[in-house]
Amino acid sequence: MTMNWIAIGDINDIPLRGARCVRTPTGKIAVFRTAENEVFAIEDHCPHKGGPLSQGIVHGTAVTCPLHNWVISLETGKALGADEGEVRTIPIRNDNGALFVALENLALAAAE
Amino acid sequence: MTETALEKLVIVGNGMAPGRMLEELFEKAPGRYAVTIFNAEPRVNYDRIMLSPVLSGEKEYEEIIIHGDGWYIKHGITLYKGHKIMAIDRGAKTVTSDHGVTESYDKLVIATGSVPFIIPVPGKELRGVITYRDLDDVQAMLLAAQSREKAVVIGGGLLGLEAAAGLQARGMDVTVLHVMPTLMERQLDPAAGYLLQKAVEERGIKVVTKANTKRILGEEKVEGIELDDGRIIPATLVVMAVGIRPNAGLAKEAGLAVNRGIVVDAGMQTSDGDIMALGECAEVGGMVYGLVAPLYEMARVAASHLAGDRRAAFAHSDTPTKLKVTGINLYSVGDFADADGREEIVLRDATAGIYKRLVLKDNRIIGTVLYGDTADGAWFNDLLKRGTDISEMRDTLIFGQAYQGGSPLDPTAAVAALPDDAEICGCNGVCKGKIVGAITSKGLTSLDDVRAHTKASASCGSCTGLVEQIMSLTLGDTYNPAAVQPMCNCTDLGHDDVRRLIKAKKLKSIPAVMQELEWKTSCGCAKCRPALNYYLVCDWPDEYADDYQSRFINERVHANIQKDGTYSVVPRMWGGVTNSKELRAIADVVDKFNVPLVKVTGGQRIDLLGIEKEDLPAVWADLGQAGFVSGQAYAKGLRTVKTCVGSDWCRFGTQDSTGLGIRIEKFMWGSWTPAKLKMAVSGCPRNCAEATCKDVGVICVDSGFEIHFAGAAGLDIKGTEVLGLVRTEDEALEHIVALTQMYREQARYLERIYKWAKRVGLDEIHRQIMDDTEKRRAYFDRFVFSQKFAQVDPWSERVSGKDKHEFRPMATVGFNQAAE
Repeated sequence: MTMNWIAIGDINDIPLRGARCVRTPTGKIAVFRTAENEVFAIEDHCPHKGGPLSQGIVHGTAVTCPLHNWVISLETGKALGADEGEVRTIPIRNDNGALFVALENLALAAAE
Repeated sequence: MTETALEKLVIVGNGMAPGRMLEELFEKAPGRYAVTIFNAEPRVNYDRIMLSPVLSGEKEYEEIIIHGDGWYIKHGITLYKGHKIMAIDRGAKTVTSDHGVTESYDKLVIATGSVPFIIPVPGKELRGVITYRDLDDVQAMLLAAQSREKAVVIGGGLLGLEAAAGLQARGMDVTVLHVMPTLMERQLDPAAGYLLQKAVEERGIKVVTKANTKRILGEEKVEGIELDDGRIIPATLVVMAVGIRPNAGLAKEAGLAVNRGIVVDAGMQTSDGDIMALGECAEVGGMVYGLVAPLYEMARVAASHLAGDRRAAFAHSDTPTKLKVTGINLYSVGDFADADGREEIVLRDATAGIYKRLVLKDNRIIGTVLYGDTADGAWFNDLLKRGTDISEMRDTLIFGQAYQGGSPLDPTAAVAALPDDAEICGCNGVCKGKIVGAITSKGLTSLDDVRAHTKASASCGSCTGLVEQIMSLTLGDTYNPAAVQPMCNCTDLGHDDVRRLIKAKKLKSIPAVMQELEWKTSCGCAKCRPALNYYLVCDWPDEYADDYQSRFINERVHANIQKDGTYSVVPRMWGGVTNSKELRAIADVVDKFNVPLVKVTGGQRIDLLGIEKEDLPAVWADLGQAGFVSGQAYAKGLRTVKTCVGSDWCRFGTQDSTGLGIRIEKFMWGSWTPAKLKMAVSGCPRNCAEATCKDVGVICVDSGFEIHFAGAAGLDIKGTEVLGLVRTEDEALEHIVALTQMYREQARYLERIYKWAKRVGLDEIHRQIMDDTEKRRAYFDRFVFSQKFAQVDPWSERVSGKDKHEFRPMATVGFNQAAE
């Protein structure tokens, strides 16, 4: 399986403690930037009821879903606290501010 | 279980007196009796003294339950709810209920309480004529109050005035009829009675003294009251609160000695050796009682006898009277009639509405009437009970304890100075020493513990402050009067402390708050950040830069997120008024953006649902062209001001309610509040705009504008409280704005106005907004100042490009890769 790194933009396109969406053929990806300037990418789809996690409040390395306040770890994609569930995390690379995500399925999707 | 069967104790009645008796009995002789209770009311034992706060809406029924069902189960009590005992067979030693249950007893306790006195006038049986005795009566009154029509309360005593105040608080137009020249003449002297009447009238309750009811008018349902002098007072509800008489019928039929009440000796024994009686139905030493303190004393004596201690004896003592009407403080105890050999000391302060009178005989206090300032009531009562010679402090006596012997004005010091046998809780007869003893011997640390073990402040609650001061004195710094709920896991501080410290330490950014208040997380969480952001916006409107990333998504993108991730858009329609141009613009937006659902909201505007986030700025641009601004339907802030058509159109309208609604909305839009704020203005008491379930409402009347607040029609349903009546639109606006600002400055984030009001007390709000002109103006000015920074239409800002990253994806990848 080859890692297919795709450029999505600059880190400064995302507000600190904020998120932006990246559209892909297999659904939206939420790309987060924390207060500490770390970046994370996860599926933009809460494991609870599918809420758009990119719209949540970012705190530490977690986001609170805007629909029902589930808290999802940006590092693991797992729900924190008493809730159970998980979203897919997506590999992301930060080259001096230039951001890339790796989408293995994407090449397939595009090739078909 | 022991080999011998338990003795069978049967109790007729489930009021406060037998409840207390059982508590004492289970402590003194646990496991001695198998207890069966017959309760004619279909419920558990509740605090009857607190019915008035339930009527006025300050408390819920659940809050006044003394013994929940669990208590009966825990003590193995068989409780027959809704069973009325019809007969006692003293030969067979059995009782039989109206449902046919027969139970035998070894010991029988009769605690049938009292029945309200019904004045024997024609019409007394009409529908709408009720008494004030139990929860069913309160429920009947609450039902009647929904009509907001006219009520007459017959009886200007304690109960009658409490009923009148409650009904008035529930929106009825109330008249009190009292047969004597002054109110509460049995507990108050004429001077205090006059002050009381003035205070009652100031709240909008009419008082007619020297009023003899001739008959109650009406066919099936009550329509009014006719007095002896021919006056007719219309009413759809008549509450008789002229007094009670002991309910001794059952005992009389059983052949027990009955006078006014069931005759008992000082040990609560009736003329039958196996039957006791206590409470309001009992007559001891020729007296019958209706206040809780002597009834609890009876309970203590009866429990001792049942436990085998024959020495306990009931002794008469004077009980202080307090009125449980929010905002009216009065206190009286002892004998205060004029007579030879008596002197009096009187203090009057007309501007402050204070009247104090001490009646002395042989340099001792024998009676006290306090009106307006009752803080020293307990101290005067202590001197009275003790028979203290007051000649040494006579010159300053009337000024109260704080002025004696140079002792400081610190209230804790005053409590520290009280002797151990000073009575703290009048209802339950608990003295200071007993509270201190229980705290130290049982290691009590919370108010609830102290209530559970000593009963102090567990009935009417008016001595809660004193009890807390005793706890502070006894426990020192380890007592934390209100163990606070932290804001969230990021801090140990509660909302109130955080708000206070933001002001005190002049903290003007979220990082500053987190640093100075030692937040345990670096970045806060989704609970504390929006709260802090609100507090800072509210407290420093000109200096604080709103932290966009600490706002919930709806307030960040100025639309309401829906379950599928789309948004809904609600433009403002001032006062619910629109026109063809606006409707056409909305129709065009619906067509252009294929809006899936157009819905009329409960707040008299139009909701466009299912709009994609990317489309929001374009939708707003089109709406903005037609003059629309954001309706802030998503905000913890001012939402709608609902109106009816008012005097311009409606044949019943008394004022221009639509105009006032629009004026309020134009003045207040854009302001952030702790939780959403919905208002309404109704043009007459028919209340078509449903103003009496809003956060803030106005009911227009001929004489002006009745301002309401603290209603709810969501998770909770609650009618509003009346803040007061003002004459002009300008005054109405000033009061509403000031009230809102007080709420903005004090409430906890996400706390609706009714919850805040319940917490800080209606009295305090009333005092600051209605009575204190300076305070009101200051609140008003601060609101106006903050509006300078708040009244910017967020939609047009975003149409001009603000936060544009928010409305478009960062990148779109993968779709065209094969082609590229």
